[in-house]
Amino acid sequence: MGTYVLKRIITIVPIFLIATLVTFGMINLSPVDPAEAYFATAHIQATDEMLEQKRHEFGLDQPLLIQYVNTLIKICQFDFGISYVTNKPVWEEITSRLPATIQLTIGSLLIAILVSVPLGFLAGIKKNSGMDHFSRFLSFIGASIPSFWLGYLFIFFFSVKLDLFPVEGTGTWKHLILPSVTLAFPLIALYTRLLRASVLENLQESYVLFARTRGFHEKMIMGKHVLRMAISPMITGLGMNIGNLLTGAIIVEAVFSWPGFGRYFIDAIFNRDVPVIQAYVLLAAGVFLISNLIVDLVQMYIDPRISRKGRQYQ
Amino acid sequence: MIAKLQYQLKSQKVIVISSFILLGLFMVTLFAPWLAPNDPIAVNLAHKLQPPSLDYPLGTDHLGRCTLSRILYGARISLGFAMLIFISALSIGLIIGIIAGYKGGWVDQLLMRFGDGLMAIPSLLFVIGFVGIWGAGLKQVILGLILVQWVYYARVIRGMVLSLKEQNYIMAAKISGSSTWTIMKKHIIPNVIPSLAVMGTLEMGWAIMNLSSMSFLGLGVQPPTPEWGAMILEGKSYIRTNPALMLYPGLMIMIVVVTFNLLGEALSERYGVKRR
Amino acid sequence: MESKERFILNVRDLHVEVKTKEGSFKLVEDINFGIKKGEILGLVGESGSGKTVTSMSILQLHDRKNIQMTGSITLHDRELNGLKNKEMRKIRGKDIAFIMQNPMNAFTPVFTIGHQFIETIQAHTPLNKKDARELAVDVMKSVNLPEPEKLLKYYPFQLSGGMLQRVMIAMAACLKPSVIIADEPTTALDLHSQLLVLRLLEKIRLEHGTSILLISHDLGVISEMADHVIVMKHGKIVETANVLELFDNPQHEYTKKLLRTRPTLYSEKQPYTYTL
Repeated sequence: MGTYVLKRIITIVPIFLIATLVTFGMINLSPVDPAEAYFATAHIQATDEMLEQKRHEFGLDQPLLIQYVNTLIKICQFDFGISYVTNKPVWEEITSRLPATIQLTIGSLLIAILVSVPLGFLAGIKKNSGMDHFSRFLSFIGASIPSFWLGYLFIFFFSVKLDLFPVEGTGTWKHLILPSVTLAFPLIALYTRLLRASVLENLQESYVLFARTRGFHEKMIMGKHVLRMAISPMITGLGMNIGNLLTGAIIVEAVFSWPGFGRYFIDAIFNRDVPVIQAYVLLAAGVFLISNLIVDLVQMYIDPRISRKGRQYQ
Repeated sequence: MIAKLQYQLKSQKVIVISSFILLGLFMVTLFAPWLAPNDPIAVNLAHKLQPPSLDYPLGTDHLGRCTLSRILYGARISLGFAMLIFISALSIGLIIGIIAGYKGGWVDQLLMRFGDGLMAIPSLLFVIGFVGIWGAGLKQVILGLILVQWVYYARVIRGMVLSLKEQNYIMAAKISGSSTWTIMKKHIIPNVIPSLAVMGTLEMGWAIMNLSSMSFLGLGVQPPTPEWGAMILEGKSYIRTNPALMLYPGLMIMIVVVTFNLLGEALSERYGVKRR
Repeated sequence: MESKERFILNVRDLHVEVKTKEGSFKLVEDINFGIKKGEILGLVGESGSGKTVTSMSILQLHDRKNIQMTGSITLHDRELNGLKNKEMRKIRGKDIAFIMQNPMNAFTPVFTIGHQFIETIQAHTPLNKKDARELAVDVMKSVNLPEPEKLLKYYPFQLSGGMLQRVMIAMAACLKPSVIIADEPTTALDLHSQLLVLRLLEKIRLEHGTSILLISHDLGVISEMADHVIVMKHGKIVETANVLELFDNPQHEYTKKLLRTRPTLYSEKQPYTYTL
C-alpha cells in the first residue's frame, strides 16, 4: 500500500514537467511580446531600445532551452516573476488572494457533497419517487443553467428583493453563502446524477441479493453496502471536476466581486500581465494534479481492490 | 418491454418538441432582421432604460438599445458560433478519427495519445488558459473551444471505424473489390451518424453555454455586438433598477441549452448511444 | 408430530404472478413439494423454468409491489407466505440459508470476508465481534477450510471462486439452519472446486441433518447428490420422483428429453470465468 502511494506521488512529477513545458511553449508561440506587454501596461510609449533592454532583462534573448530551465528553477523556488501591473512578486499577489478562492471552493465543495450525496442516494434507492423526480429535475437544470446568470438571479432574489444576504464582497459567513451555492450548483447537478446512476447500477448486483438472503435489514444493506460501493464513481467524478471548479470560481468571483485569484487572473489577461498568467496556468495544473492525487488516495481507502493485488490465495 | 416502448414514445415526444423549439430558434436567427423591431446596436441615449412599450417590447438598455432586438440578434451570434465550433470540431475529428481508425499502427497511436493528453486537461480550464496566454478575443475563444472539442468526435469516430473494420460485411466489401472510399461512404459513415448526432446536440448546448460564459467575463464577444453573455455583463450594473436587462438574456441561454440537452438525451436514449 | 410425512419445508399450491400494466403474467403455478430432515431435494429445469422464482418465494424476497404470491410455504409448520418482513429477516440466513450461484459476485467487494462473515453472525445472534469471529473460525475449521484466521482477512476479490463458494457454504452452515437453498452452487466453478463444494454440502447434511434444496440444471450433480428430484418446465412441475426412478424410468416426455440432451462427458462444463 505504501509503495502504491509513493508510486502515485512520483507520477505527478513528469506530468507537471510536461505541463510547464506546454505552458512555456504556448507562451513562446503566443503573439504577445512580454516586453511590449510590459510597456503597454505601464502606459509607456516604448522605443526599440527600451524594448530590447526589457527583453534582455526578461532573458528573452537567450536560447529557448536556457529560458525554460531558468523558468523551471525559479518555479521550484516559488518565484513566478514580478507582476507588470503592480511591480510586486507574483507569488505575493497569489498568496494574498488565494485564501479567498480556497474559502469559496472548499465551501462550495462541501455544499455540493452535503446536498448531492443524500439526494443522489435517496433518489437511487427510491427510483421514481418524488425525491427521484426532484433530483432529476435539479440535475437537469443544474447542468443547463449558466452559473453567472444563476449568481445574478440569487443576488436579485435574495439580496435585492429579500435583503437576506449582502450583494457582493467578503467578510462574514453571509457573504460566502450565495457565491458558494452558485458555484456548487452545477456540481450538485453532476454528483447527484452520478451517484443516482451508480446506486441504480449497484442495486442490480448480486451482493445486494446475497445480503438480503442473509437477513440483513434493508437500511443496513443500502446505507452500508450499496452506499460504500456506489460512492466510488462519484469520487472519481469529484477528482475530474476540480478543474471545472477552478474555472467556475473565476466566473463566480466575477459575479460576486469576490476578491479571489480568479478575478485577478482575468484582470491579468486584459493587462497582458504575462508572469501572472503563467503562474495561474501552472498553479491550476498543480491544483488539478494534486486534487486528483488526493481523490486517488481516498479511492484507495474506500475501494480495497485498487491497492491490493487480486487473487493472492487459491 | 411495454415500459421500454412507453419510454421510447416519451423520448419520441421530447425529440419532436425540442426539435420544434430549435427549428423556431433557427428561424429567428435567419429572419432576425425582419423580426427585430429596432436596430440592435443603434444607440439612443434619449430612450435609455425604458420599460416595455409598443416600440420597445422588452424595454431598452443603458444606451437606449432595444432589448428584444438585441436578444433576437443574440440568437444569431450564439447559435451561429456554436454551429461554427461544432462543424469545425466535427470536421477535424472526422478526418483525424478516420485516419487513426483506418490506418492504425503508429499513426493511430500518435494521434490518440495526443488526444488523451488534451482530454486529461479540464476543458474549460484549457480554454481559459489558452485565451489567457494568447490574449482575449472572440477568435481565441472559438479556437480554444474547437481545440478541446475535436478529440471527442475523433475518438468516437475512430472507435466506430475500428469496430466496423472488423465486421464481416466490410471484409466482404473489401474482398469484392470496393474502393476504400466506397466502403467508408456506404458502410462506415452511416453507422457513425447517430452517435455524432447525440454528441453534436449535447456539444451545441455546451458550446453556447461556454461561449456566453467567456463573453460574460469579457474575453469573448465584444460590445456592441449583441451576445447574451455580454448582455448580462452590460446589464449587471442595473440589477436593482432594471433586472430585465440581465433576466432575459440569461433566460434565453437557459432555454436554448435546456432544449439542446433534452434533445441530446432523448436522442441518446432513442439510439442507445452512451453519453460521454 | 412423528408422522412419516413430516416435511421441514413444505410448499403447497404456490402460484407466483407478476403484475404489469398489461395484466398479470404467471411465473410459476401449482408448485407442490416438501423436504424432509436431512434430505436433498434436487430441482431441475432449464433457465427460465421458474427455479429461481421458487427459491425466492421461499425466502419471500419478491418485490411485493409487483409480484403476487399465493399458496402456502411452511417451515416447521410455520407459515412463511405473507409473513412480515421483520419476521422474515430473522428466518433468512438463520433458518433458511441461501448459497448463490456466482461466488465471485456474491460478496460485497469492499468488505473483507471476515467482516461479512461476522456481520451475518451478528445479524442473528447477540454475540460480540470477538465471539462471532471465533465462531466463524470454528465453522471454517470444521469444513476443512485452510487457515481460517488468514482467510477472514482477505477481500473477496483476493480469493478464487471455489474458495469463496466454500466460505459462503461455511457462512450458510454457521448458524445451523434447517434448510439450505443452493442455487446452482457449482455452475461457475472449475471441476475440482465443484467436487469440493458438493462434498462440503454432503458433509453438512450428514453432520447437522440440514435439508438442502439443490437447484441445478446439471443432471450429473443432481444424480450424485439428490434423494428426490423435481423437474420444472415453463413454471410448472412436470415430474416428481425418487432420483433412481427418475434416471432409470423417466415418465414425462420433457424429462426424457432432458436426459437425452445430457452431455455424456463430464468435461462439457461452462468454462471457468471470473470478473472483478
